[in-house]
Amino acid sequence: MIRRRALLVLAFAAVTGCTAMPAHDYTAFRATMPDSILVLPPLNHTTDVNAPYTFLSTVTRPLVEAGYYVFPVAVVDAFLKENGLPTPYEMHGVPLDKVRDILGADAVLYVVISEWGQKYQILSSNTVVEWQARLVDVETGQELWRGLGSAVEGSGGQGDGLLGMAVAAVIDQVLDSLVDRTYDLSRQATRQMIFNSSDGLLYGPRHRDYETDQRGR
Amino acid sequence: MDSLRLRLPALALALGLIAGCGTVDQTYSWGRYEALLYDMYRRPGKADPSVQIAQLNEDIERAHGRGSAVPPGVHAHLGYMLYLQGNLAAAQREFETENRLYPESAVLMERLSGRATIPDPE
Repeated sequence: MIRRRALLVLAFAAVTGCTAMPAHDYTAFRATMPDSILVLPPLNHTTDVNAPYTFLSTVTRPLVEAGYYVFPVAVVDAFLKENGLPTPYEMHGVPLDKVRDILGADAVLYVVISEWGQKYQILSSNTVVEWQARLVDVETGQELWRGLGSAVEGSGGQGDGLLGMAVAAVIDQVLDSLVDRTYDLSRQATRQMIFNSSDGLLYGPRHRDYETDQRGR
Repeated sequence: MDSLRLRLPALALALGLIAGCGTVDQTYSWGRYEALLYDMYRRPGKADPSVQIAQLNEDIERAHGRGSAVPPGVHAHLGYMLYLQGNLAAAQREFETENRLYPESAVLMERLSGRATIPDPE
């Protein structure tokens, strides 16, 4: 995760041609400042069919703790399904004026999952989660914020020679299939995405530091 | 033992991240809301409506006992579970409670309590 972030900073610096990390632009976000956020079930670009709803079960708490009203994710999912939108693909296509009029949300968080679950190597395996998130104002359709969530947990044998390593790797892979590590990783990555001090979410109206948060002012 | 040793640094890192995240309001009493969401989608049978209703009611009572707030979504989610069980009057009360605690939810909650028609998941 750290290496990926460093790469991102490097890439950004290369693109902008400067060496200092530029301050994130919160102007539009601050000017609009939604009270409430509707999180749609994410689009899933991985082969793990469980990814969207595992993600969905971990995103409410950090968003609420950041100071927003967050619509009940399972109720919204059921409501949209009943109203003729059977999958996240249809849900992501709902016009924003309908989101406003029917659900009453100020902003929508659109998430696309790009990595989820185990990546096997010969002597080890990593568990990864990764997604891109966009917060969009329902009134104007303007993008208010963009976030990247990612976390990796590695496992692998060490020290016992090749055979020991191979055995340890097999045991890890078996354990991984019994214990869903993506839940904890998803919790970790949502928190990191929302609260990191360089480009995290602004504190919302229900946060006690909302008034003193200087970002974007 | 090996995997425990490997997991400890990750745990320490995660705690560090959380602790390093500046001030986070701890006034909400989360109870088992997130775990129930996970279970209802990932472990069908482990979180049917009656299980969820019992646990959410317990969580809400505990929050009241502590004087901490029931987080956004919990009363609405409980209402949905009551609706799935056919207990429409109780469902409506929960939607109204969500609306009263969190007026941001008004449009959806009024829609739900007006016609408690939301379907089973899946």
